[in-house]
Amino acid sequence: MEDNRKYFIQFTFIIVGLIYCIKLFQIQFLDDTYGPAAEDNILRKIRDYSYRGIIYDRNGELLVHNDPVFDLMVIPKEAGVKDTAKFCAQLGIEKEEFILRMNEVREYDIFQPSVFMKMLSIEDFAKFQDFLVDYPGFYPQVRSLRGYEHESLANALGYVGEISKTRLERDTTGEYKQGDYIGISGVELEYEKELKGQNGIKYKMVNVRGVVKGSFKNGRRDTISLPGENLTATVDLELQQYGEWLMEGLAGGLVAIEPETGEILSLISSPSYSPGFLSGRLFSKNFAQLTLDSLKPLFNRAIMSVYPPGSTFKPLQALIALQEGVITPKEQIYCSGALVGDHAPPGYYDVYKAIQKSSNNYFYIVFKRIINRNRSENTFVDSRLGLEKWNEYLYRFGLGRPLGIDIPNEKGGQIPSPQLYNGIYGENRWKWSTINSISIGQGEILTSPLQMANYSAAIANRGYFYTPHIIKEIGASGKPKEEYLKKHLLGIDTAHFRSVIDAMDAVVNAPGGTGFRAAIPGITVCGKTGTSQNPHGEDHSVFIAFAPKENPKIAISVYVQNAGQGARAAASIAGLMIEKYLTKEIKKIWIEDYVKRGHFIY
Amino acid sequence: MRQERTIVNKIDWIVIAIYFTLIILGWLNIYAAVYDEEMQVGIFDLSLNSGKQLIWIGTSMVIILVIMTVDFRFYDSFAYIIYGVVIFLLIAVLFVGTKVAGSTSWFSIGGFRVQPSEFAKFATALALAKYMSKVNYKLSKFNDLFITACIIAVPPVLIVIQGDTGTALVFGGFVIVLYREGLNPAVIVIGLTAIALFVLTLIFPQTTLIIAVIALGALIILFGKKKWKRVLTIVAGILIVIGVIWSVDYFVNDILKPHQQNRIKALINPEADPLGYGWNVTQSKIAIGSGGLLGKGYLQGTQTKFDFVPEQSTDFIFCTLGEEQGWIGTTSVIFLFVFLMIRLVRIAERQKEKFARVYGYSVASIIFIHFLVNVGMTIGLFPVIGIPLPLFSYGGSSLWAFTVLIFILLKIDAHRMQVLVR
Repeated sequence: MEDNRKYFIQFTFIIVGLIYCIKLFQIQFLDDTYGPAAEDNILRKIRDYSYRGIIYDRNGELLVHNDPVFDLMVIPKEAGVKDTAKFCAQLGIEKEEFILRMNEVREYDIFQPSVFMKMLSIEDFAKFQDFLVDYPGFYPQVRSLRGYEHESLANALGYVGEISKTRLERDTTGEYKQGDYIGISGVELEYEKELKGQNGIKYKMVNVRGVVKGSFKNGRRDTISLPGENLTATVDLELQQYGEWLMEGLAGGLVAIEPETGEILSLISSPSYSPGFLSGRLFSKNFAQLTLDSLKPLFNRAIMSVYPPGSTFKPLQALIALQEGVITPKEQIYCSGALVGDHAPPGYYDVYKAIQKSSNNYFYIVFKRIINRNRSENTFVDSRLGLEKWNEYLYRFGLGRPLGIDIPNEKGGQIPSPQLYNGIYGENRWKWSTINSISIGQGEILTSPLQMANYSAAIANRGYFYTPHIIKEIGASGKPKEEYLKKHLLGIDTAHFRSVIDAMDAVVNAPGGTGFRAAIPGITVCGKTGTSQNPHGEDHSVFIAFAPKENPKIAISVYVQNAGQGARAAASIAGLMIEKYLTKEIKKIWIEDYVKRGHFIY
Repeated sequence: MRQERTIVNKIDWIVIAIYFTLIILGWLNIYAAVYDEEMQVGIFDLSLNSGKQLIWIGTSMVIILVIMTVDFRFYDSFAYIIYGVVIFLLIAVLFVGTKVAGSTSWFSIGGFRVQPSEFAKFATALALAKYMSKVNYKLSKFNDLFITACIIAVPPVLIVIQGDTGTALVFGGFVIVLYREGLNPAVIVIGLTAIALFVLTLIFPQTTLIIAVIALGALIILFGKKKWKRVLTIVAGILIVIGVIWSVDYFVNDILKPHQQNRIKALINPEADPLGYGWNVTQSKIAIGSGGLLGKGYLQGTQTKFDFVPEQSTDFIFCTLGEEQGWIGTTSVIFLFVFLMIRLVRIAERQKEKFARVYGYSVASIIFIHFLVNVGMTIGLFPVIGIPLPLFSYGGSSLWAFTVLIFILLKIDAHRMQVLVR
């Protein structure tokens, strides 16, 4: 019996050894969670944030740059704040906030750094920096925020902010992490891919107290950050600022384009906000304030508001009629004034006179000729066929669909198609007389200031346009996106433009022309006024123009809400903008005063 | 000259080989545990534990020489005196000792510290062997059993007073010796049952456990023979068990200090509070587990070096081995220990003298308890109890004590042919 005991004892030793070997086999070989847990212990991922590309205007002025801000980071395991009250005072926060935040980060991950306080400005951080040494576990991380040295172009530039949860979930590139900044609207969103660059990650080994003990595996896993590409905008900042100043207190949109390239010289939405307002720690608060503003400063009227173009539409009708051959330039048409109310007196009109005097009756007749070509016995069918043909022209002018500007959320407006009228009146239940208000740009036709500016540029070019765009150079390529180098033809012979452009010249420069306020001494401005009927209140003031007449350098459309006749607010502003751009100084001070006085309804 | 040649011929070279293998492996791992790439400090540098351990190893060689030179009968003859001196030191340290990590178990002499409780192990082993080898000794005699129990119990009681419960627990290993010498296994079975109940009490709520015990008892009564005597025995058994459950609950919650409670809780569920009381176990398992099959390579570990594992060169030295040498390394060392313990049992068994056999079993048992607890706690099978891995962990007192423990046995063993059975 006692002999067995000695074997039993040895057996026990062996069993214990075996149990330990098996347990070790389990934790060292079978269980693969310990390896990552060990790395999680010692690895401190330090994000090397990329430098977001900056944006210049067409003259090399800075539109958007980066401002360093500091995120105060904390590693909860090592955080030591002996005097909470002092800490809070130095940082300017409440004690409750401190406790709440510490609990949050502790719960999130006790070893890995979390942001304790976001976006301390360089001034705020400088104040705190001296005390940082008293607080182990806290360290600053430099980030960059968008900074602006001007208060312009906010709607077009858009803003950058922390990536949202939904956006993060949709992201398939895996390049974004919670807390990263991302372009949320405007150019910042459209060119996010180009601007953002590439974040890097440095892996550091730390001991249990968070002291860095060198790079991990000699930095083999590290990646360095690559800066984003710089962009050059087509905008002329000085012109932009001048335009915004003119539009102060008015609601509306303004777009100026360089006709031969499609480059947007100025894109104004009024009222707007200062771009710096949506950059930094107060983003949420400020954003909420803008959202609640009844004047909708976040709404980019230049590309998003659509309205009937009114009489500014007449040159377009004339060009279609000429191309279709339903009129000739010199053809005199008698207008009795019976078809529609008119400012123009009864009498004989040709294209030139009809545009100059803005004859409604002339364009009723002309549009009837465009629509009803006797392609069918049935007048309803004939109207439909005519409207289809007419639609094609309008599409070629870039109406009815978004043009494709490099700013998100552009609206396409509306051109009345047969489908639209079928929907309203029923198939074969409408003809010219049903839809004739669109003859003069009223009714179902809707266009944006951007489309009108582009249409104006297309006339200036005598038959073509380049899609308007706001970024002309991406990074080192020096080129815009490819689609902006493609010429779009209107399908209207160059010859047909002469009488139309001459008439637009007369609108501004002939005695008694409605666009006289846009005239500039020494430069021939061609334009067309329009008054967009508004059932909800005062009409909208509309004007399109380009200048000089030969070899035009600028095409513009101005739209001022509830400002009545196009001859007043819109024409004045357009003229001043052209003068500013072409001559760099304003001689027509009285027009400037007139605009700044702001009384357009009288 | 003749005697020395005898020693060389008769000594157990296998144990010596394992002894040296373990202290050298230990020394290398101590260096790995404290190694800091940036410090550029070598393994021999005295500012590191590895450099100091080399001094302990060197002095251990002197101790070995002394033990080998002293007459083998000295240990038998002076067993009680040695025991008495150690008991005196254990008491003295309570008054003049230095407090380290909550325990007053160190004498500070110059820059070095000595821990008498480490030497209490071999002194107790000697005294126990001496007493049990007396004429007419019988474990079944109450007097003999009582005195035996006292010899074993006095040092750990003093050590507990010093505040070093871990070292005191090691004396539990002497149960193995008593078992070998004829202790009724029922005592051990009852002891183990009590431990099992203890653990169950910690895992399950008291009420659940009591209901379970009553239900179990009821089932046994229902399905067994319904004799009064049997039923009464079972009922009495149930009441005793419930009493134990209650007392364990009381013991854990009212008698144990919070840090001791936490160590037991950490064993049962380290994930419940990985940063609080579960920290040591969690980090220890991460270090060992991350070593994988082959390890990260010598000096390539990160968890012990960067202080995630506490006490990395002493109590948790096994983590460094596990992390850097992987499963191959840990299994090899476990093999060495098991091999050493079995070899010691074999040596004990081949003694003609009861004194030598009891002493031999004591050596094997003490090493076994250290091995069981130390390795067990690093892999989460035992509560964290601060006792070193024999010959492997950093520490002068510990290395000296194990050297003395083992080499006294080897010395006696070398002379086993010279003794006549009493």
